[in-house]
Amino acid sequence: MSLFLAVIIVLLAGGLFALAAGKLPRIATLLGAGSAVLACGAGLVPVLRVLIRNRPESFRLPWDVPFGSFAIEIDALSAFFLLPILVLSGLAAVHGAEYLLAYRDRKNLGAPWFFYNLLIVSMLLVVVARNAVLFLVAWEVMSLAAFFLLTFEHEKGDVRRAGWTYLVATHMGAAFLLLMFVILGQKAGSFDFDDFGRAAGAISGVASMLFVCAVIGFGTKAGFMPMHVSLLPEAHPAAPSHVSAVMSGAMIKTGIYGLLRVLSFLGAPPAWWGWLLIGIGVFSGVMGILFALAQRDLKRMLAYSSIENVGIITLSLGLGLLGLSHGWPIVAALGLGGGLLHVINHSMFKGLLFLAAGTVQRSSGTLQMDLLGGLLKRIPATGLAFLVAAVAICGLPPLNGFVSEFLVYVGAYKATTTYAAETAVPGLAVIAGLALIGGLAAACFTKAFGTVFLGEPRSEQARLASAPGLAMVLPLVLLMIACLFLGLFGPLMARMVQPVIADITHLPAETVGTNMAVATQGLSSVVIVSLGFLLLVLLLAMARARLLAGRSIGQASTWYCGYAKPTARMQYTGSSFAQPLTHLFGAFLRTRVHLDRPAGLFPKEARLVTETPDVFAENVYRPAFEGTGWVLSKLRWFQHGRVQMYVLYIAATLLVLLVWKLG
Amino acid sequence: MNIWLDTLIVLVVLSNLKLLGSSRLVPCIRIVAVQGVVMGLLPFFAGQETITLRMVIVAAVSIGLKGFAFPWLLLRALRGADMRREVEPFVGYGMSLLVGVIALAAAMWMGKRLPLPGVHVSSLLVPAALFTMMVGLFLIVSRKKALTQVLGYLAIENGIYAIGMVLAQEQPLLIEMGILLDAFVAVFVMGITLFRISREFDNIDTEQMATLKD
Repeated sequence: MSLFLAVIIVLLAGGLFALAAGKLPRIATLLGAGSAVLACGAGLVPVLRVLIRNRPESFRLPWDVPFGSFAIEIDALSAFFLLPILVLSGLAAVHGAEYLLAYRDRKNLGAPWFFYNLLIVSMLLVVVARNAVLFLVAWEVMSLAAFFLLTFEHEKGDVRRAGWTYLVATHMGAAFLLLMFVILGQKAGSFDFDDFGRAAGAISGVASMLFVCAVIGFGTKAGFMPMHVSLLPEAHPAAPSHVSAVMSGAMIKTGIYGLLRVLSFLGAPPAWWGWLLIGIGVFSGVMGILFALAQRDLKRMLAYSSIENVGIITLSLGLGLLGLSHGWPIVAALGLGGGLLHVINHSMFKGLLFLAAGTVQRSSGTLQMDLLGGLLKRIPATGLAFLVAAVAICGLPPLNGFVSEFLVYVGAYKATTTYAAETAVPGLAVIAGLALIGGLAAACFTKAFGTVFLGEPRSEQARLASAPGLAMVLPLVLLMIACLFLGLFGPLMARMVQPVIADITHLPAETVGTNMAVATQGLSSVVIVSLGFLLLVLLLAMARARLLAGRSIGQASTWYCGYAKPTARMQYTGSSFAQPLTHLFGAFLRTRVHLDRPAGLFPKEARLVTETPDVFAENVYRPAFEGTGWVLSKLRWFQHGRVQMYVLYIAATLLVLLVWKLG
Repeated sequence: MNIWLDTLIVLVVLSNLKLLGSSRLVPCIRIVAVQGVVMGLLPFFAGQETITLRMVIVAAVSIGLKGFAFPWLLLRALRGADMRREVEPFVGYGMSLLVGVIALAAAMWMGKRLPLPGVHVSSLLVPAALFTMMVGLFLIVSRKKALTQVLGYLAIENGIYAIGMVLAQEQPLLIEMGILLDAFVAVFVMGITLFRISREFDNIDTEQMATLKD
């Protein structure tokens, strides 16, 4: 535990020193990124120790804040969430060091590193806090640090707007959390998590209300579909890419963590909680990936894909809760296990994808997919890493995305084969939803990879793309290896998650183990086949090299065949690739099309512009906020700038209170 | 019943009424200065048998600041702003006097009902203190010139001083000094601000500052 505290101190000190050295960009970067890497590396030690020994470590310090105490504990659940936070934050810091240095002439680099380290510290504290006050403080610091990070390029108007949207939405979510913790604290008579756990009897009366508060509050952070505006799709694309990676890969997982932690206080879940989560999950997953498909900005697309993956996690957790409430330990274990593993897997490949997007942006200067192309030849390592992550995110073997989705599939099949309507129907919904999400994800990432990395460059800036430095590529390669490793060692990962499930469900560890084994056996054979497949690919590649050796190899531009004068504009664009699907789901997407048709016998100009604004932001939140703004603007006369009137308000209030009290 | 104390208190009340009814700024500054001196003298007539060194120090500092330092600062600021009269206040002078009388009645009513310790000194002291505070607030609300508002602030401060005397006759020296220092810094800052405002807007009319709102 002392090592963990040292990690926090190193992060804070590194951030403060970087802030002080803001005028010297290289030193600030060295201090900020160096301390982040060092601390995240050291932080893995206590985390792995807890995961392996399965014995919680705790620390408690008295604190003067009312109802507060500095109580922290790393148990299996915390350690499981700490793992992706630490790994991703450390690797993203390396990437960010080079990314941010490009701004050294224009911007003070002390502040972004200070807030980056603060963001890591607050995420760590959120996950280990065992007191509601400490948790909320850490939660708030996390939101604010992320706000300052994502408004790094605050001179741009849309970045500022994204920042405000994020700030407002995240605080609306936090309001629900405050409400939930106040009720919990009132029922339990204390604000320590330990007492929440013991007060299950007192809580059970309001458990459903608390659950709904938790779903709204934590869902806003995690990005459940109707509440997703806070981080996606506005905020994540606006941030520097290493920050987007940490926010999308790690920070939104604190929402999932919070939900699981609160669930552990609420006792046995009724079935409708599972239904609700499955509904939210399927909805977020399908809508998220549909919107991702319709985007043209690479990072915006990735942000929507994060909604999709949070949807997958949520529906898995819902399946787990359903299994728990109906007393099917196998469904519970596989649902929760799949959801938890997807948390780690998603942070690996989504972190990788965001970092790769950062590399693309740095080397070619744009993220508009329809301006890119042919980047695989110019930045091959980034392209390969992106490809691997794209395969992983589609849930294909032998990569890690497959492992988690496989567990959920098996769990859902087991739920279906119970032949009881109340479990079979949601089981089928999960299978159908997952399959639809997976198919759309494959289309979406084929589009992204194909448009950005294959073919010919669609613009001058893509043609001139230069290779990034080692610091930007190294984290990508490491994350790519992690994706492959987690995929091949899936059965091992499934074993690692067992104590966490036992913690949440209060099921005996052996029950969880035997039930998980059902899926891991299947997984093992998939791994063997996958290894054979990889071997085959390797053999074929060797054969190809052998055959080509000593022969002359001609290189031509892609799609060169048969054209006298091919131009890059003859290629499929990303939008045209996605058009059949976006057309099919047009009712949900509401894509706006502005079309100037070619006219006359010798048409000269024609134009086609499509944009897909967020349905909820456009039709739900914007009217709601405009309405609120209208109502509040009626109170503007109250604020007229006259000092005298302001003092009069105060004086009148005081007098009235005094007279009322004395009268 | 202490005839001297009551005389001083009546003096305070009268000075408040004069403050409400006067439009010229220089006399207003003088009145507030006199009020400050009277307040500084109050403790010596508040029924204590012995006069301690502490009382003398506090009174001396208080009289020095309120009676001499503040008026000097404010007169200097006034000279810089080239302003002699409060013109067109929000509430006219006759009306202000009327409000003052109502406030006096209200202060009397409240003074009777406020459950304060140490009222035995004089039944007039608490109402007078409340009245002074109300007049100060009213000055801030009803006048346009920034200088008059500083005077209002000083009147409030005088009222608080009087209440403090009733409430805790044995306040630590340090706290009283702290309060005085607070007031001093405030007036100092206000003097500078007055100067700045007059330079920026060509007068010290706070109406103009409404243009600063967003």
